[in-house]
Amino acid sequence: MEYEAVIGLETHVQLKTLSKMWCGCANEFGASPNSNVCPVCLGFPGVLPVANEQALRLTVLTGLLLNCSIPSRAKFDRKNYFYPDSAKNYQVTQYDQPSTREGWIDFESGGRLETVRITRAHLEEDVGKNVHFERCSGVDFNRAGVPLLEIVSEPEICSADMACDYLNALTDILVRGGISDCDMEKGMVRCDVNVSVRPKGSKALGAKIEIKNMNTFSGVRRALDYEIPRQIAAVQRGERLAQETRRWDDIGGITESMRSKEDAHDYRYFPEPDLMPFEPSDSWLAQVRAQVVELPLARKRRFMEQFQLPPSDAQALTDDDAAGNYFQRIVAGHRSPKTIANWVINNLKGKLAESGFSFGELQFPEVGIPQLVDLVEAGKISTTMAQEVFLEMFRTGELPGGIVERRGLSQVSDAGAIEALCRQVIEANPKSADDFRAGRGAALNFLKGQVMKLSKGKANPGVVGDVLERLLNG
Amino acid sequence: MIHRLRLAELIDKLSRRECSAREAMAACLLQMDRVDSQVHAFLSVDRDNAMAQADAADRALASGVTHREKPLLGVPIALKDVLCHQGQPLNCSSKILGTFRSPYDATVVAKLKEAGATVFGRLNMDEFAMGSSTENSAFFTTLNPWDTSRIPGGSSGGCAASVAANECFASLGSDTGGSIRQPAALCGCVGMKPTYGRVSRYGLVAFASSLDQIGPFTKDVRDGAILLQAISGYDRRDSTSMREPVPEYTASLTGNLRGLKIGLAKEFMVGGLDPEVDAAVKRAVRHLESLGAEIVEVSLPHSDYAVATYYIIATAEASANLARFDGIRYGARVEGSDPFQLNSRTRGSGFGAEVKRRIILGTYVLSSGYYDAYYLRAQKVRTLIRQDFLKAFESVDAIVSPTTPTAAFKVGEKSGDPLQMYLSDIFTISCNLAGNCGISLPCGFTSSPKLPIGLQVLGKPFGEETMLRIAHAYEQSTPWHREVAPLG
Ligand SMILES: [Zn+2]
Repeated sequence: MEYEAVIGLETHVQLKTLSKMWCGCANEFGASPNSNVCPVCLGFPGVLPVANEQALRLTVLTGLLLNCSIPSRAKFDRKNYFYPDSAKNYQVTQYDQPSTREGWIDFESGGRLETVRITRAHLEEDVGKNVHFERCSGVDFNRAGVPLLEIVSEPEICSADMACDYLNALTDILVRGGISDCDMEKGMVRCDVNVSVRPKGSKALGAKIEIKNMNTFSGVRRALDYEIPRQIAAVQRGERLAQETRRWDDIGGITESMRSKEDAHDYRYFPEPDLMPFEPSDSWLAQVRAQVVELPLARKRRFMEQFQLPPSDAQALTDDDAAGNYFQRIVAGHRSPKTIANWVINNLKGKLAESGFSFGELQFPEVGIPQLVDLVEAGKISTTMAQEVFLEMFRTGELPGGIVERRGLSQVSDAGAIEALCRQVIEANPKSADDFRAGRGAALNFLKGQVMKLSKGKANPGVVGDVLERLLNG
Repeated sequence: MIHRLRLAELIDKLSRRECSAREAMAACLLQMDRVDSQVHAFLSVDRDNAMAQADAADRALASGVTHREKPLLGVPIALKDVLCHQGQPLNCSSKILGTFRSPYDATVVAKLKEAGATVFGRLNMDEFAMGSSTENSAFFTTLNPWDTSRIPGGSSGGCAASVAANECFASLGSDTGGSIRQPAALCGCVGMKPTYGRVSRYGLVAFASSLDQIGPFTKDVRDGAILLQAISGYDRRDSTSMREPVPEYTASLTGNLRGLKIGLAKEFMVGGLDPEVDAAVKRAVRHLESLGAEIVEVSLPHSDYAVATYYIIATAEASANLARFDGIRYGARVEGSDPFQLNSRTRGSGFGAEVKRRIILGTYVLSSGYYDAYYLRAQKVRTLIRQDFLKAFESVDAIVSPTTPTAAFKVGEKSGDPLQMYLSDIFTISCNLAGNCGISLPCGFTSSPKLPIGLQVLGKPFGEETMLRIAHAYEQSTPWHREVAPLG
């Protein structure tokens, strides 16, 4: 029998706020231990939480980006458990009335467009970090109280590859939306993986096995590459898998059991009495809605449709947000978007990378590239000449029209002038002329090159070819 | 005899420069030296700090600062050991906090300082405000200034005893189920629980967050109004504090009750009431009528469930609120082989029996499988109780009742029977569940021994003005508030 995996992901992401969730301490990575702390985030006696409005905004913004509905009322709850890294020994989270619910995310995976539904994205607080020394342990509470978004997917992912594509797409969206920097190195993204297996085609779900606290996507892939075959092998041996929580051993490359369902925590959730329920007003929601940005995949598809760009160009302009934005601004109303895209992707990006400038620091005005394309398309300059004009424009900020005029680079298309040059070249190269007449076509290119040289690159190459052929055949 | 002055009288004297803040503070400390060995109201006092604040107040007075600008300038006010005072010990009458000192001021403390008060002392209480007698203090039991073989009530027993014994001009306590009103009644002073959200809870060590409210203990109603004025108002540090404007409370003390309707809840006229308490409260009701109030019977049909509801919600919240006392970041610690053992050993030795009982109860009612039957159901009943009050308040301006079923009981009399102890709060608990305001003031004495009896006036949510008006009119036309405890 063939088996398939059913995977759901719970992704925890640190929100990009200036301050922590309940206090004014900086939300900052890398500060010396316990330097970004205060009575509130240390859980001192008598303190009360005050919700960070920016965190609430980013949560709702995430919901909008993930096509979620935004309930008119959300509330916070206490999740009770003891652990030394927890300042209050309860975590404030959103249990049964989260800020966002029931959305979806579209992403590309294995060359196909996939959709995975989002159960909810809710707001909670991060905990401190345990540090172990030779003789004792310590806790760094800098991270305690940092706003954390938990994004829960439906169990609709069916492979390790798809899980990683989902995670990449999700973090792309969050970075693009300004929700989180999603810096894995700094622990800004962590993930719990729920995975079960079932006979292919079956609709029933197998025993849910949760792998806790993955902090790299490659770890997620490796853990699934280990766990899915393990479960299938167990089922094939006739074992019944039971619900449990497992831990990923990154060095050993295996998962191992942490606790069974019977040992599961009873978190004793109840509504947080120190915080009022959150009921966003229409004007507040409108403000958040105004911050919604276009998602990467949507932009790619729009570029392909609206500008008839090939997928590779659309992707390049999506991967580099600034390039995409620049392209969008300069392409408006132009009849050759594909050519403009080429200039941005193949020439401009390279020069910027080489010079270390950003799009905002460009010397030349935004009409520069469209004007350059217009000059080529109108036959005023050759594409070769255009390269030279581009470099000068990039260096000096002068518009192409001005450069061409000032330097007299205008292409010569006048057949009379070109014919004089062609006659000169044929006379000077009788051997090549004979070769052509004898049927060796390559000789024409040589002659063409000589004419171009003579014209200092200004002759229209198309016209040169026509004239040469006429003279040689005539 | 400065220490016997009422707060308003002291303010008059200070502003006329007839006494100094230093003299006022010294008078309190001297009285403490005289009587606290009998009353045991204070856990500790930082005398130097208190005198330094008093001197600062005198300097301000000398430089021309008036009581119009700083209404409590130079007035000594003491704190229950559950309110954070920067640099001062904070124990909540528990061993678990060890040598902890608060690194910050509670909002009410900051407001008192802002108003110029001399904030001093740590007043004894039941551990973490759990109890009705101060017998649950980990340190010692405070005794009733009217009869030192009796308890002062609780949990804010030290607050009530210190005011009744004239060791301070006023004190601030906290009321979760009657912890201000009950000891005020038993010690013969005025104790007020403001409407939930009226006073910021920031810096009040939480027992039950949705029920706790800070309030004043004073020698009379006007003093209570003055202090309420100073501590009320929205605080951005407390999300449950309300943006309701703060009226001029003393302006409501007109002495006139004409046109007011006062309710008597038939459910509060229950058996088990001490006959002398019953008689005193009935006399008080007739007196209110003689002052022009109309007495109307009202019904609070779900009152019977108040105590049970309270002990589910309060313990549930407490079980989470007290989880932070784990010996890891602050307070006493008993080492263990791992953090879990350290935690359980620290809590096992740091908490007293009643606190443990309530944490266990609260943990139980929130447990998976029991949540719906206990916590969720209690929340529903709480809503019904709140609706009872709102409905009653449609037809009356306030409700009166006894504050407690009996006068002060003997030390040890109920300490072996938690349930009996819980029942001493039956008249005060509903007010916390409903969130409205309440005040207790003296309405007579038992004959032998002579012990104070408290009258409770319950006001509408944010109805402190009318509540104070009724309490003040009654007080000023009766002799009880002028009685002084034999010790004092
Ligand atoms: Zn902080």
